[in-house]
Amino acid sequence: MTQTVTRPPGRRRREPEPVATAPAPPAAPVPAASATPPVEEDVRRPSGRTREDRLTVVGAAAGSLATTWLFYSRILPLEGVVGFVVVGYLVFVAFYAGVTALTQPRQVVVDRVVTTAVIAAPTLVGLALASVVVMTLWKGLPVLSNANFYTSDMAGVRADDPFTRGGILHAIVGTLIEVLIAVSIAMPLGVATAVYISEVGGRLADLVRTVIEAMTALPSIVAGLFIYTVCLVYLGMPTSGLAASLALAVMALPIMARASYVVLGVVPGGLREASYALGAGKWQTVWRVVLPTAKPGLATALILGIARAVGETAPVLLTSGASTYFNANPVQDPMNSLPLFIYAAVQTGNPAMEERAYAAAAVLLAVVLTLFVLARLVAGGKKSR
Amino acid sequence: MTAVPDVLVDTSEEDRPRVIRSRESAQDRLYLIAVRATGLVVLLIVSSIGIFLGLQSVPTLRHYGLGFFTESRWLPSQDIIGIAAVVVGTIQVALLALVVAFPLSLLTALFISDWAPARLRPSLIRMVDMMAAVPGIVFGLWVLFIIQPHATEVAHWISKHLGWFPLFHVRTDVDYPIWNQLPGYPSYAGSAFIAAIAVAMMIFPMATSVMREVFSEAPVNEKEAALALGATRWAMVRTVVLPFGRSGIVGGTMLALGRALGETISVVLVISQTFEIKPYVLESGTSTISSLIASSFKEASAAQLSALLTAGFVLFCMTLVVNSFAAVIVSRSRGREVTDL
Repeated sequence: MTQTVTRPPGRRRREPEPVATAPAPPAAPVPAASATPPVEEDVRRPSGRTREDRLTVVGAAAGSLATTWLFYSRILPLEGVVGFVVVGYLVFVAFYAGVTALTQPRQVVVDRVVTTAVIAAPTLVGLALASVVVMTLWKGLPVLSNANFYTSDMAGVRADDPFTRGGILHAIVGTLIEVLIAVSIAMPLGVATAVYISEVGGRLADLVRTVIEAMTALPSIVAGLFIYTVCLVYLGMPTSGLAASLALAVMALPIMARASYVVLGVVPGGLREASYALGAGKWQTVWRVVLPTAKPGLATALILGIARAVGETAPVLLTSGASTYFNANPVQDPMNSLPLFIYAAVQTGNPAMEERAYAAAAVLLAVVLTLFVLARLVAGGKKSR
Repeated sequence: MTAVPDVLVDTSEEDRPRVIRSRESAQDRLYLIAVRATGLVVLLIVSSIGIFLGLQSVPTLRHYGLGFFTESRWLPSQDIIGIAAVVVGTIQVALLALVVAFPLSLLTALFISDWAPARLRPSLIRMVDMMAAVPGIVFGLWVLFIIQPHATEVAHWISKHLGWFPLFHVRTDVDYPIWNQLPGYPSYAGSAFIAAIAVAMMIFPMATSVMREVFSEAPVNEKEAALALGATRWAMVRTVVLPFGRSGIVGGTMLALGRALGETISVVLVISQTFEIKPYVLESGTSTISSLIASSFKEASAAQLSALLTAGFVLFCMTLVVNSFAAVIVSRSRGREVTDL
């Protein structure tokens, strides 16, 4: 009964099959949302597929694969994986449309053609993403399997040395120190600015907000160049971890401030009102009510900001200098970091160094994804925004 | 008792409560002073970057004149410096990245909002968010070693068969195979097209999540109505979701464009740098403002450094304009009149 409401007319001629997948909504067709409290209001799917639908897909797939193989690899002088996939996809769409057109009206044919594209695009991106992860792990595996890769630095290690020598400890420690300093500068300033914009307000706060929104457009390389020019060239600071931290902080400050005031903006006004009604002052309200309420959101913003800073290469490239030795002192001597190590290793053009770059990329990816998962856990499963 | 906060005052327009004036406690005064001071400091820091970049372009323009914007060569040793080529290259790479990323983002956003089963949706959204966290250098490596071998073949095929179209032309003999190019002629590797693939991977998550958010706000009632009238899923999307989400599509694309303009490291890894204005995007060699900065900041003298800063300022202005447009367009999508049943 309810199924016929949402089913497109093109499918009406088939007998109503029992639908196993779609959750049977209660009698009233439209206000289904009232009966399903946990899920937000959602369009009921047009019901499942008939056997004819399924066989159409299978037939078109088999036919297109065979045709493509025959013509592409055997008859026409074509080669290459990309070409095969593209031609195969086009032939599949043609076959699928053709077979569908035998039994269905034009609207359904168009719907199915669009559906193939809508499914193909995320599949393509998913494959690309999977190949990114697999590639870094696979190519880095010979290096990653050596324990010394995590416990020693590259001092005195030549590019062609076996993988049992040398490692990226200096880059890992460098990344940690640089990001830690950058975040401890950007986070307090960012949150305080967000509090100013969202809790205090006023004309000046609006100006601050506008300027910060504008500066989120600042490309990271320009932030790096700014610190390079001001600190290294004009002020004569040495290339060091501190300079890199400053560059990262300059890059991250507008981003963090903006993310924070978005989070503060969703704290319900009623909580503030209640706090004032109980006689709390402004500071007490912010410190005891607003910030604790926004804590999960702020933590998510913080962690995502860190993830961004960890992976950012351009500002570090300009400011930190790439050392090959262990250096935990941020104010003196060059310091290396993971992205910079990868960049420098690839630029050498040496195959062994390239494998080290992949291994470092796998470590970097692991760090960033761990931070990301952490952010999700802190956000507590439900969306903070 | 302290004052009613301003936040509450400006939310309701017609039913404005009386503002109660009262003396603030010492704690509150301290807090207000501290927060205002921080806001001012941040304002100073952040705006000083923009002002500094702007000021730096004054000596550059005085030295090189307006030729700075029309000269395409970058020859510091002969004091010939101009950003025409890098600006064109930046726009080329960014637009190509959009050409790759836009259809993928749009279709993926539609898939997540209207095709995917509801229980798959959260994990798909999380995947897209996670992709945004992948560092640019990893995508650069990926394009360099996985994509480039295939992409050069595609580029070769396109230039061979569609080379009469200036965009796809490569100034070499296309009948030679890829692995055996004539010496001295450009190859297919390190082109704007291949760099754009890396940039497309960087901007895809941002464009997708903006579009998906707007699509998911499409009124459910109207979707149900379309289906009830007998529309197929695509017809429903075409008549309800896409018109509703138009501003999201445009805004998300613009935001992605802003990001693409400033993308550095994946471009630097992939391209082979040349300074030349050319429409041949499949041909080896291009340069962007950010790749120029990354490659030549080290040897720069004071004058060249300020020229680089000017180039950075131009880049910043470009991203700023694009982002501001995007912000306006995206914000306009909220609060659209929705038929409420």
